[in-house]
Amino acid sequence: MSANDARVALEGLDTTHGAILYLEEITVSFDGFRALNKLSLDISVGELRCIIGPNGAGKTTMMDVITGKTRPTSGTAFFGQTMDLSRMSEHQIAHAGIGRKFQRPTIFEQHTVFENLELAMKTDKRVRPTLFARLSSEQRGKIDEILRLIRLNGSERRMAGLLSHGQKQWLEIGMLLMQEPQLILLDEPVAGMSDAETARTAELLNELRGKHSIMVVEHDMAFVTEIAQQGVVTVLHEGSVLAQGTMAQVQSDERVIEVYLGR
Amino acid sequence: MTPTSLFSRRAWSGIVACTVALAALPLLNLFFADGHALHVPSYMVSLIGKFMCYALAALALDMVWGYAGILSLGHGVFFALGAYAHGMYLMRAIGREGVYQSDLPDFMVFLDWKTYPWFWSATDSFWYCVALVVLVPGVLAFVFGFFAFRSRIKGVYFSIITQAMTYAFMLLFFRNNTGFGGNNGFTDFKRILGYSISAPGTRATLYLVTLAALGGALVLCRWIVKSKLGRVLQAVRDSESRLMFIGYNPLWFKLFVWTLSAVLCGIAGALYVPQVGIINPSEMSPANSIEMVIWAAVGGRGTLIGPIIGAFSVNGLKSWFTGAFPNLWLFALGLIFILVTRYLPQGIAGLAARWRKEQA
Repeated sequence: MSANDARVALEGLDTTHGAILYLEEITVSFDGFRALNKLSLDISVGELRCIIGPNGAGKTTMMDVITGKTRPTSGTAFFGQTMDLSRMSEHQIAHAGIGRKFQRPTIFEQHTVFENLELAMKTDKRVRPTLFARLSSEQRGKIDEILRLIRLNGSERRMAGLLSHGQKQWLEIGMLLMQEPQLILLDEPVAGMSDAETARTAELLNELRGKHSIMVVEHDMAFVTEIAQQGVVTVLHEGSVLAQGTMAQVQSDERVIEVYLGR
Repeated sequence: MTPTSLFSRRAWSGIVACTVALAALPLLNLFFADGHALHVPSYMVSLIGKFMCYALAALALDMVWGYAGILSLGHGVFFALGAYAHGMYLMRAIGREGVYQSDLPDFMVFLDWKTYPWFWSATDSFWYCVALVVLVPGVLAFVFGFFAFRSRIKGVYFSIITQAMTYAFMLLFFRNNTGFGGNNGFTDFKRILGYSISAPGTRATLYLVTLAALGGALVLCRWIVKSKLGRVLQAVRDSESRLMFIGYNPLWFKLFVWTLSAVLCGIAGALYVPQVGIINPSEMSPANSIEMVIWAAVGGRGTLIGPIIGAFSVNGLKSWFTGAFPNLWLFALGLIFILVTRYLPQGIAGLAARWRKEQA
């Protein structure tokens, strides 16, 4: 096992069958409307999976189910072989190793960049250890490393609310990385970004490839092509999987062209 | 943690100067006779002593409102419960010197009760009542907070139920049969720990204990808000759901600061009752709790020192106003609140910070 692999499969999570996330026949109904309709999907350890689909396809609802924000009406969601996500609360899921970046950047605007990363850091997050917490030099090193990765070194004392939109998105990705999650969920990470920022984000995700299992939901086709490379792309439509394959395969699928790409 | 990492050098010198000045008041009252230029009248000592109790309550409120963003409109209930808990001891300490010269407090004789009800047992012990001062507000806040925060009741809904809680307690304590003296509450205290409660020495001691409690609470609160936990509390205020997704359970953090705040408020009430000499259910009226919020808002919430300044200035103004224009005080209070909200959202502390920035 290389050092990188060690971070992908951490202790406590049983990934013996090679998959980190299993969704099986997940259905979510809101007043009779099925946001997800028997959705089945699995993500392998270390994979970077892109999910695309038109508005209302259920992409965000799927992330809500995985992170415990929404409970499935039926079906099962497992993290590794043993953790039943439908029985866990949001903070338990976060603690187990699933990190989520929201569509709109949600960082703590009144805290500095450094404090945002410090709060997110993987550590004992109960009341008493938090009250007596002191940063070790190792933890400072970790924060510095992430600051460089998200290109915010030099801005660590700035109020996060004063950052540009793109920088906020990176800070949020940095916060995810501080949690050392085994699975990262990114909801439209380049929405509202300039071309240069989008290119930089693609670069960042390519640097993370293989170190974490990552699921990206995105509309921007050029960006998806850039980061999917030869990996699997899943197309969602009306709450279930319409097609799955490499970007080239998906783009030539008749049904996909009809419901999404063709428009 | 070193003292300078807690407060800036400048803030420390201000705090020390204020503490010395406040500590000097009762000593000047004791050691200079009436008529001497340096004599401080006794009413001044009890007035400032009362203000310090209010300041402690405002500080406690700032911890939940200014830092964790939980607006309580019912902190008066914790203040009053602390006062009642200490008041039980003070009532027992009257002994047979009441109007009816009975072992029971006058209001119980009046109700024709023959023995103390069970919840008055052991209240003749000072230290037992001191424990009640901490435990009663603490346990009430913990239980109330646990259910409210677990049900994710937030914002204005939470504020409304705290207001309802203090109102319900007020109605409960107004009943004679509740066993706390009905609408008269507790008064006519004679002594505390064997010392006459009206003796200048006792009053000075109570005053100095209050000053120490206020100073200690300020340092404790400052230490908490400067810790990582303080940053988590501010994150609760700004984006609670984000905090959950990075692995914190906001319930326990809110419950911690909420219970701590209630306990500090109870201590403030306990120090208030022997100095003011009376506690009755009107302390639990919703208006009293709202007044506490105004102290914190005027001083500047989320600054700790601000609410202390706010409690002193609003109450100082109130003392003067209720003497000069007794009917206009509530209008003035409302006007102050509107003006501060409109022109000084950061309160007096914010004004000081802005002024300092312009100087630099």
